[in-house]
Amino acid sequence: MNFKHWLVSFAPDTWQPLVSALISVAAIIFVFASLFALTTILERKGLGRIQNRYGPNRVGPFGVFQPIADGLKAMTKEDIVPRAADKVVHFIAPLVLVIPVFLALAVIPVGRNMAAVDFDGGILFFFAVGAATELSVFMAGWSSRNKYSLLGAMRAIAQMISYEVPLILSAVTVIMIVGSLSATKIVDAQAGYFGWLPNWFVLTPWGFAGFILFMIAAAAESNRSPFDLPEGESEIIAGYYIEYSGFKFALFFLGEYIGLFAISGLAITLFLGGWHAPLPFLIWIPSYIWFFAKLLGLIALFIWVRGTLPRLRMDQLMNFAWKFMLPMALVNLLAAGVWHFIEPGFARWAVCLVLVVGPYIMLGRSLFEHKQLAKRTYRYAE
Amino acid sequence: MTVSFAIIAILTIASAIAAMTLRNLVHCALALAGAFAGLAALYLQLDAQFIGFAQILVYVGAVAILIVFAILLTGGSDPAKQPIFSSGWCIGAGVALAVLGVLVWALRSSHTINETLPDVSNTSVRRIGDQLMTKYILPLEVIGLLLTAALIGAVIIAMKEEKTK
Repeated sequence: MNFKHWLVSFAPDTWQPLVSALISVAAIIFVFASLFALTTILERKGLGRIQNRYGPNRVGPFGVFQPIADGLKAMTKEDIVPRAADKVVHFIAPLVLVIPVFLALAVIPVGRNMAAVDFDGGILFFFAVGAATELSVFMAGWSSRNKYSLLGAMRAIAQMISYEVPLILSAVTVIMIVGSLSATKIVDAQAGYFGWLPNWFVLTPWGFAGFILFMIAAAAESNRSPFDLPEGESEIIAGYYIEYSGFKFALFFLGEYIGLFAISGLAITLFLGGWHAPLPFLIWIPSYIWFFAKLLGLIALFIWVRGTLPRLRMDQLMNFAWKFMLPMALVNLLAAGVWHFIEPGFARWAVCLVLVVGPYIMLGRSLFEHKQLAKRTYRYAE
Repeated sequence: MTVSFAIIAILTIASAIAAMTLRNLVHCALALAGAFAGLAALYLQLDAQFIGFAQILVYVGAVAILIVFAILLTGGSDPAKQPIFSSGWCIGAGVALAVLGVLVWALRSSHTINETLPDVSNTSVRRIGDQLMTKYILPLEVIGLLLTAALIGAVIIAMKEEKTK
């Protein structure tokens, strides 16, 4: 931050606001684009490890320069547009995806005083620009004139709309408790320590349930496995970006990962204390290092889940969203309200714990009740 | 009138015109989404952050998607064959002018237009929330009830009917 002020002081007075904004934008694009390159190699290596193989290991030592090779390949590849495609919409779709996800990153405070813009309604801004990505997915799927891409787009939109409801509802709990939509105020509310434990919202009953719900919905929103039906390779080849090649494909890839970073960043801001250190004696480590450490931790979690869980079926996806996630998010909202009105102490913990765990068990039991679940038997294989 | 207002206004009007004149219905829907986004930008320029973001969230995120879905499900995505101006366009223009005239007259003769505007500099999200939960609680509840009824109605229409024996 001081470095930025020092840089800005070189510019003439009238240009300083503009230069300051440009430096923030450049920092966001540079940092998160490099994080994207890092994540692709981490993901491929991690998945390889989970699947008992090496992963990329040809370019550079241990294959660490693979992202550079991939980037060069994407940029030099021929850009193919199908003859039947709607040229204009086909061209605009990747831009409509990438611009909003970078905009969404602007409100995430990545360190002390390090949010690019500090809106009064920052969280609202985040969800508002996120809405544009659905439109982009539809544009890509429809303009390609390909039945698989259209199917993928329809699946993606149905999934995104269904999971946006629990996503926003689980974020609303934090907004209710803090009483502000500003991302920096939410982070400030989680400052300080209770004994040696941090004051993070994830360490409260409603916060923990909200965090789990938020992460599940976040995985669905960013089309990550096990919610990767829109691009299920074994069913619809690649989904909505099937007809994209070269740099446009790379843009979709980038947009997807930046969206993942943005939504993980929001999860950190809302539940994991933002840039605050987890333990009191670790405060001397710079705040942005904590933010990115938490971000990498969440990304590792996503990679782990992707390597472990199989893909859901469409009916399972919808049932899970509307019959489990939505009621749990509403119950959690109630628990957060109760938490707000009971005096701090043991009683508050007990009541909220019962309010969260009770419905969870009841809901889980009732959803399994009429299902005849048995060990899967294979009739043709074996 | 500032430069940014001019740019936003031109973009909004251009996409609204495109939404009316383009031949392909999906293109029209996308242009309409552009017009919605332009309106949101206008709200933001007026420092009405909550309305601006809500406009994007609701109109671009939900209404535009709904329109697009409706077009695809009803199979209307093929370009229409008939000419862009229907034969009775002069009657339509007359009706539109009449509606515009009535609206302008109603607005001009309304007494609220002459009142001085209240200070809007502190219209925060918090104040909107306070007002919604105190002064405007009844309209809010009525709208909630209406939307719930619409939701249940949609579910009933979409539900498979049991076969009567």
